[in-house]
Amino acid sequence: MKNTKLYLEDLSCPDCANKIQKVLNKTEGVKNAEVHFSTGKANVEYDEQEVSIEEMKDAVSTTGYQVIRVR
Amino acid sequence: MKKKLRITLISGILILIAWLSSVLGFSQYYFDYFMIIAAVVAGYQVALNAYNTLKRKVMSIDLLVTIAAVGALFIGEYWEAAAVTFLFTFGSYLEARTMGKTRNAIFELMEMAPKKASVKRDGKEVEVAADEVKVGETVIVRPGEKIPVDGKVINGSSEVNQASITGESIPVEKTKKDEVFSGTINGKGYLEIEAEKTGQDTTFSKIIDLVEEAQEEKAPTEKMMEKFSKYYTPGIIVLAVVTYLITFDIRLALTLLVIGCPGALVISTPISIVSGIGNAAKNGVLIKGGKHLEKAGKTDVVVFDKTGTLTQGEPEVTDLINYDISRDELINLAVRAEKNSEHHLGKAILALVDNVDQFKAPEKFNSVTGKGVTAVIDGEQILIGNQKLLNENDIEIPAGVIEDKNKFNKKGKTAVFVTRNKKVIGILAIADPPRQKAAATIKKLKEQGIKKTIMLTGDEEKIAKTIAEELDLDEYQAGLLPKEKVQAINELQAQGNNVAMVGDGINDAPSLAAADIGIAMGVAGTDAAIETADIALMADNIGKLPFALGLSKSTSRNIKQNIVFAILVVGFLLAGVLGKKVFLASGMMVHELSVLLVTLNAMRLLRYKSENLKAKVSKA
Repeated sequence: MKNTKLYLEDLSCPDCANKIQKVLNKTEGVKNAEVHFSTGKANVEYDEQEVSIEEMKDAVSTTGYQVIRVR
Repeated sequence: MKKKLRITLISGILILIAWLSSVLGFSQYYFDYFMIIAAVVAGYQVALNAYNTLKRKVMSIDLLVTIAAVGALFIGEYWEAAAVTFLFTFGSYLEARTMGKTRNAIFELMEMAPKKASVKRDGKEVEVAADEVKVGETVIVRPGEKIPVDGKVINGSSEVNQASITGESIPVEKTKKDEVFSGTINGKGYLEIEAEKTGQDTTFSKIIDLVEEAQEEKAPTEKMMEKFSKYYTPGIIVLAVVTYLITFDIRLALTLLVIGCPGALVISTPISIVSGIGNAAKNGVLIKGGKHLEKAGKTDVVVFDKTGTLTQGEPEVTDLINYDISRDELINLAVRAEKNSEHHLGKAILALVDNVDQFKAPEKFNSVTGKGVTAVIDGEQILIGNQKLLNENDIEIPAGVIEDKNKFNKKGKTAVFVTRNKKVIGILAIADPPRQKAAATIKKLKEQGIKKTIMLTGDEEKIAKTIAEELDLDEYQAGLLPKEKVQAINELQAQGNNVAMVGDGINDAPSLAAADIGIAMGVAGTDAAIETADIALMADNIGKLPFALGLSKSTSRNIKQNIVFAILVVGFLLAGVLGKKVFLASGMMVHELSVLLVTLNAMRLLRYKSENLKAKVSKA
């Protein structure tokens, strides 16, 4: 299990944060994702054997938002 | 983001063309045609998002807006459909832009993170990524470079700008054995550093983590607002359906959908908190979350620890009297006599001059424990010490000198005599004086509306009284044990006060925990203190206190303004829609404007400034 922080492009409403959180949590290999509207950030706990950071970025982009920084 | 702007622009131009054609008297056909295209252009992405999320069984605002727009097209309200989608896209673009500004404070901090490091490996210098440096390795930092690790200087000296940690840009002198921090910037010197903490373990990295956690922690009011909106949105949808079933007024029902998300209300609290905490972090003040921020804003009594908080924690020569000798000559003799002294009072005397190295050591030197020092300088016998040392050496102390000494003792200062060939030539008064900015800080706190400032100390009454008078404190209690400090704080709380306690975060951890808000000062490098405190001042600078409390107060006020405004807007919109004064376009307009206003109001917090308080220069 690994933890990462995905910084999203500026969210325009709290609703978008919920949306992205649900999408990430339904991505295979993601153990737990929490998206915060206030910091525009996703804290993700994931299994690096099952999912890559790139795949998580792709999942996020289906919601119409992009990941701009990873830490 | 750019795409959003482009879509907004195209749809805006189409709307303009539609109105123009109408004004110029072209047939209604053109007007309708352009409005429909405008609605489709602006609404396409919204509808797509709504569809994507609906597939995952998530209901979004996009869905409500899409239903409203499609409905408007169906009943032939083409202008309303275009306006709703255009305003929604434009609004969310503007909101994202402004929201981004509030996040910038933390991004600016992150930009200061070091990326590369030069490390000595197998006798060779290699460049590696900053987080790949191993603990114990020697890191080389050249002039102007960023320090990539936390560690100790083992070679070289330089001035380092620690603004990324402490928020203060005045460079700090660093030489052998001094602690340096990752993310700070080396000045003109060359440094070799032994790495102690690297990557995610550095103080710098911890600060960013803490700030983010703080911004993500939900304040009580925020939770309340979220609960409210959780019921409000479905409630409005039900209301829309019911309204349609009763009145068959589809326009009214659609308008209700548009105002279904109380956007301004939901963001009212978090946006102010992110701005406030972000600004604080940039100025070296860590506020641990919205809850603490709201509490700190209510502070009416500030309690201080004395040593190391109100005072520097290091003794200093505060007064000097010379008898039959010039002041400079007295200092010269005293410094030379103490040159090799290890005693803390001796160090205070050495601090009288900047260039100790240029003073010649005495021919003979002897330190007498508990009494002072004796030395021979240029063949003359020099003594520096207390009355016991003088008595032992059969030196007579004139009555006037004793009187001078007693004056100092009354103020809680330690007075030492300086004698030359058995004659008293001076008195040096040594004390731990108040910090240079302490007086200005107390004054500023009172201007900010703090009702009482109180000092709690384990020191004796005389010392406490002197400091309290000098700093114009309202109250003080001396001779307290740590346990009694906690009791004193509890008593203040029992009287209904909101108490903030300021200390160094280590010795006074129990009092910090007992207070409503525990503020630790000068914590850079001491993780324990950062963790126990509710607010941590990274720099060892008491002058940051009014900024920390003032910003907290402003943020609490900002949140209240936002909430009141947002509730008024929700009420106004609801009344306006039901009273048939507000329709699709105007409803969306008011909604977007209110969100924007709340955001702009919160952004004012980014400009709250850390005032540079005047330092009082000590006498001696």
